[in-house]
Amino acid sequence: MTSAHKQPNYIGVFWWLLALTILEVGVIFMPMARLLIAILLVGMAMSKAALVAMYFMHLKFERRTLGLIAIIPLVLCVLLVFALLPDLSATPHRSTEPPQAPATSH
Amino acid sequence: MSQVAALHTAVDPAESPLTPESWGKLGMWMFLAGDAMSFGALLAGYGALRYGSADWPLPSKVLGVGLTAFMTFLLICSSVTMVLALAAIQRGDQRGLRNFLSLTVLGGVMFLGMQAYEWTHLIHDGLTLTGNPFGATLFGTTFFIITGFHGAHVTGGVIYLSCYLIQALRGRLGQGSANSIEIAALYWHFVDLVWILVFTFVYLL
Repeated sequence: MTSAHKQPNYIGVFWWLLALTILEVGVIFMPMARLLIAILLVGMAMSKAALVAMYFMHLKFERRTLGLIAIIPLVLCVLLVFALLPDLSATPHRSTEPPQAPATSH
Repeated sequence: MSQVAALHTAVDPAESPLTPESWGKLGMWMFLAGDAMSFGALLAGYGALRYGSADWPLPSKVLGVGLTAFMTFLLICSSVTMVLALAAIQRGDQRGLRNFLSLTVLGGVMFLGMQAYEWTHLIHDGLTLTGNPFGATLFGTTFFIITGFHGAHVTGGVIYLSCYLIQALRGRLGQGSANSIEIAALYWHFVDLVWILVFTFVYLL
């Protein structure tokens, strides 16, 4: 037995995903502040992920508790980022030392 | 009816309370939740290493965004063909199931081919697990681990779906197998969902 629910408009979802992907690629070439670009990209990526989960994985038509199980990893990842914050506040370091100026001879 | 039985009339003891279709579907959701945490930890670690680095290169300058945008498009297309394959088996359309399942597997194989092409070019340019001529060494390490982990999932998905495709071509998948296809579809859509995030965080940001 499979879920008895009305089938969503899969092709409509496909067009949304395609449009958001094109917008994402376009945004990185726009003359905007890096922070604004990052906010837009994360927003669009989350929207695309939500579309796939809700309509392709049929989460929209499942019981709410199953949705809670699906959202837990996202919550834990946000917590992990906060747990890493003390390390993130350290001074950025270079993985390779910049070339040294040649020593002057006396 | 006893008092205990009266309290538990809503759920049959043999029925999964969250996914009445099957326990297998609930099992797949639990697996995917765990797998999502693995990807989440990798992406969070990537963010921490990048933030702490002063010479992290801008990914869009080093990696081929055009090619990976097309790979994203391919995976989205394969997700659509997967839901259409599921819809086909649910209405008993064997030909539709075979065609859409074949297209889904083809999309996965093409994705892997393009990833191999991308990796080959980057390695040729000097980007490896332990070396990066464009800046921070860990850029190469995190790039290959995250995309490699995802590529392994795509490979697993292609094998998983190929098993069902062979059964479909032999005419062994009837409407009664729709639940198994639905469970396989969940895995495939998850692989697509994760790539959407990897594409944004590793290639575009």
